[in-house]
Amino acid sequence: MAAERKTKLSKNLLRMKPRRAFIEEHWYLDLPEFKGKESFIIEEQSFLLCEDLLYGRMSFRGFNPEVEKLMLHMNAKHKAEEVEDETVELDVSDEEMARRYETLVGTIGKKFARKRDHASYEEDENGDIQPIKAKKMFLKPHD
Amino acid sequence: MAEAVSVAAESFAGGRARGARSVLGQVVLPGEELLLPEQEDAEGPGGAGERPLSLNAGARSRVRVICGPGLRRCGDRLLVTKCGRLRHKEPGGGGGGGGVYWVDSQQKRYVPVKGDHVIGIVTAKSGDIFKVDVGGSEPASLSYLSFEGATKRNRPNVQVGDLIYGQFVVANKDMEPEMVCIDSCGRANGMGVIGQDGLLFKVTLGLIRKLLAPDCEIIQEVGKLYPLEIVFGMNGRIWVKAKTIQQTLILANILEACEHMTSDQRKQIFSRLAES
Repeated sequence: MAAERKTKLSKNLLRMKPRRAFIEEHWYLDLPEFKGKESFIIEEQSFLLCEDLLYGRMSFRGFNPEVEKLMLHMNAKHKAEEVEDETVELDVSDEEMARRYETLVGTIGKKFARKRDHASYEEDENGDIQPIKAKKMFLKPHD
Repeated sequence: MAEAVSVAAESFAGGRARGARSVLGQVVLPGEELLLPEQEDAEGPGGAGERPLSLNAGARSRVRVICGPGLRRCGDRLLVTKCGRLRHKEPGGGGGGGGVYWVDSQQKRYVPVKGDHVIGIVTAKSGDIFKVDVGGSEPASLSYLSFEGATKRNRPNVQVGDLIYGQFVVANKDMEPEMVCIDSCGRANGMGVIGQDGLLFKVTLGLIRKLLAPDCEIIQEVGKLYPLEIVFGMNGRIWVKAKTIQQTLILANILEACEHMTSDQRKQIFSRLAES
C-alpha cells in the first residue's frame, strides 16, 4: 500500500517538474527587460533619508544631564559623518587615571603588607593612604 | 493654493507629465506622473506628449534616484500617491547621484517604517515578548532581550503601561512590526523605558518632522523658557516633562498649538511667557 502511494506521489512530481521548468524558462525571458529598469529608481518609505532630522530626545537647561550628553553625541555624530573627524574620545581623563593609580598602589600594597607594616599605612587628613617609605632591615649590632 | 490646484488640474486634463524639477516646492496631487531630469532632456523642447524611443537603453548613464514617501515608481517615471509639496535633496558627497524626491504631506495616522524611532505604550506582557502600542494597525512586539544589558537572568524592569522609546527593525505590510531598544552595536543610545511623570500627547506627523528639523526656531525658543525634557516619537507622540505640572501643561499646549500659529503669534506668546 505504501509502496503504491509512493509511486503515485513521485508520478505527480515527475509531471510537475517539466511544467515548472517551462514556467521558469518563460519567466527567465521576462527578467532581463525588467532588470534594466529596476536598478534606476529605488523606492524608500522612510523619512530618515529625505530630511536630516535631529535626535528625538532633548533636554534643556540641565534637566536631564545624560540626555544632554546624548544630544551632543548623536547630533555631532550626524554632522561628523560629513566632516569625518578622527578625534579619539577618552573614556577616562588623564587626571582621573593618575588619581586612581595613586590610591590603587596604596590599597593593593596594604593587602600584601605584614602586620608590622600596617602601622605605616595610616591615613592622613585627606583620607589618602600613603605608601610605605622604607622597609625595616636587619641592623647589625655595634660592638 | 487655488492657482497651484488649477495648474495641476490643467496638466491632468492635458495628460502631460510634468518634469519633477519644474514642480519642486509646488503642490502635487495623487495620480500625477513626474518626469526625471534625464527624460526631460530626451523629450526635447515643446514635448507635446510624444515619447521618443530611448535608443541607449543599454547604457548605464542613468543615475540612481530614490523616490521617498508619497511617490511610487511607474515605469521610468515617478507617480505621486499623496498630496503635498514636492521636495528634493541632492546627495551629499560620496554615494550615487540623483538625490531623493519626496512629497511633504500631512497626516495623523502613522504607518510603521523600519528605522523610525517611536514612543510606544506597553499594553501586554506575554512570555518573553511585550506588546507595544505604537499607533499603527497592529501592536509591535518587543523582546525582553532587546534592552541594553539584558540577559535571560537579568530581565529589564518593564511593566504594562510604561512608555518605551525604541526603533523598528521589521516594519512592512506583510508582517507584525518588531521594535528594539538597542542599536546595532548593542548600546541603548537613549532608548528604553522613559522615566516617571511627564505628559504624553499626540500631534500630526508633519509637525514632528518640522520640530525635529535642524534649524527649528520653536525648539530653540522653548529651550530658553525653563528646564525641561522632551522626547519626540515619529509616530506623532510627544512626551514632555518639566519641574511643575503647570510648566508641563504650558509646554504641551505650546507644542500642540504651534502648528497653526504664524511666527509672529508665536513670538508674542513666548514673550508673554518669559515675562510671567
